[in-house]
Amino acid sequence: MSENYVPSSKFGKWFNDRLPLLTLSKHLTDYPTPKNLNYWWTFGGILTFCLISQIITGIVLGMHYVAHADMAFSSIEHIMRDVNYGWLIRYIHSNGASMFFLAVYIHIFRSLFYGSYRSPREIIWILGMLIYLLMMATAFMGYVLPWGQMSFWGATVITNLFSAIPFVGESIVTWLWGGYSVDNPTLTRFFSLHYLFPFLILGLVVLHIWALHVPGNNNPIGIDIKKPSKDTVPFHPYITIKDLFALLIFMIIFSGFIFFAPNILGHSDNYIEANPLVTPKHIVPEWYLLPFYAILRAVPDKLGGVVLMLGSIFILMALPWLDSSKVRSTVFRPLYKKFFWLLVIDVLALGYVGAMPAEGLYLLIARVGTIYYFAHFLIVLPVLSRIEKTEPVPLSISEPVLGGMLKPEMARSDRKDV
Amino acid sequence: MNKPEKKGNRRDFIFTASYTVGAIGIGATIWPLIDQMNPDSSVKALASTEVDISQIEPGKSVTVLWRGKPVFIKRRTQEEIAEAQSVSLDDLPHPEKDQDRVKNPEWLVMLGICTHLGCVPLSDKGEYNGWFCPCHGSHYDTSGRIRKGPAPTNMEIPKYAFINDNTIKIG
Repeated sequence: MSENYVPSSKFGKWFNDRLPLLTLSKHLTDYPTPKNLNYWWTFGGILTFCLISQIITGIVLGMHYVAHADMAFSSIEHIMRDVNYGWLIRYIHSNGASMFFLAVYIHIFRSLFYGSYRSPREIIWILGMLIYLLMMATAFMGYVLPWGQMSFWGATVITNLFSAIPFVGESIVTWLWGGYSVDNPTLTRFFSLHYLFPFLILGLVVLHIWALHVPGNNNPIGIDIKKPSKDTVPFHPYITIKDLFALLIFMIIFSGFIFFAPNILGHSDNYIEANPLVTPKHIVPEWYLLPFYAILRAVPDKLGGVVLMLGSIFILMALPWLDSSKVRSTVFRPLYKKFFWLLVIDVLALGYVGAMPAEGLYLLIARVGTIYYFAHFLIVLPVLSRIEKTEPVPLSISEPVLGGMLKPEMARSDRKDV
Repeated sequence: MNKPEKKGNRRDFIFTASYTVGAIGIGATIWPLIDQMNPDSSVKALASTEVDISQIEPGKSVTVLWRGKPVFIKRRTQEEIAEAQSVSLDDLPHPEKDQDRVKNPEWLVMLGICTHLGCVPLSDKGEYNGWFCPCHGSHYDTSGRIRKGPAPTNMEIPKYAFINDNTIKIG
């Protein structure tokens, strides 16, 4: 296999003996991939594209942006009006953040559905969660940089979450701010970190992919397969071309936002310069943080709200050990499948009420949604994975099609002429 | 106690001592990198503000900026004072007497920052005729005390003094 790869050219061999980059590249092209991967598996490639796109547009924006409380807001307008193609680059960057989160949520829920977080892929999952946490921090700090009203008050509310920590909370918040309120020192440090974090994410992505290449991809039926075998295809050209096609579709949607609705995911209050004396009537975070914001507001206690909100993210890290089903893929878990979709609806509902005022029916929905969210991971998943009677799992990817017929209905769902 | 229980005790001591010195050294090196994020001297220097209050009518308030934070200076009406003073301490999530929150009952000076997550509450709003925070729905009374909602404590009273009848010095 690729470990014993010998380049054909003399120079290639000389170089590869000193730095085995060609062996790595051979490994990546030959990498045996399950042949039944569906389009939900294309989001890894899409996410890599999103990260690179954000880094490139971000570096360019950094050439024109001024990180100072008095100048940040007008430097953004300068980018939008004066800099050549500045409007395009900024809209790619700001909508790119939303597309990045859209893709990462699909990627995470794919993992949840097909059990990709399960043994032996726990480290991939935890690295992924760390990437997700860094993404949220990066996006939050990036949203502060334009120094509009939502930037300022979003920063105030989020940094104040730390003041809920007993005893040292206030000192931590002052330390984060570099003053007694969100002000210029806060802006400059956020800019510095906003520039740094994407490269940390890039590093974690390399580890994420490295950890993936040890056991290989999970697949829609969630069984371990022999690699390479009849059940696998080489990554190139089979997966590269499928990923590229999915990426093209994704970019069409992305372009739709950039060119036809560049501000639809933002908030109009952010076109008003930051004013420390006036809080906007209704503060909302960006859409991708809304479910967590709903959990924060569902709890009528400051510390409790913060703990549950952070807990809702960290609980995901324990997922590989909460689920002890013998079957990885939800395809063969009829009862759990229903609860999976209930979780999807629950998170969407939390996102919706997160954007609404915290009162009346919205508050009730947020509370019920929060309870289900935790119940799903702490009760439903552990209990169901122990008692549910799962459906029979095929022995290989080819088996239901080519013979054995352990599960005839799967063969029937395939094309007749195969 | 002093018996040599195993060989290499002196070496163990050297290991422990080196690790300790190393850890202290690393800590001492990291501290400046952490402390640089704390408020700097120029931020600390903007410590006090003087405000002319002669133009404020009863029932009205002004908002001034002190250390980047809004400070409410409210000239309360007799009804508002009476309302604030008549509340039983048992009804308060954070019990404080109105008398302890003011130097002169007519003037309420406090940080206009919701103790929940730092938004600026709106005046003359909410169920207790005081302030209402639009962010997460905290209601404050005419003494700036939390009555309903997620905020844990009353709005903070800054250090201030009446320099004369018309001037307040905050900070």
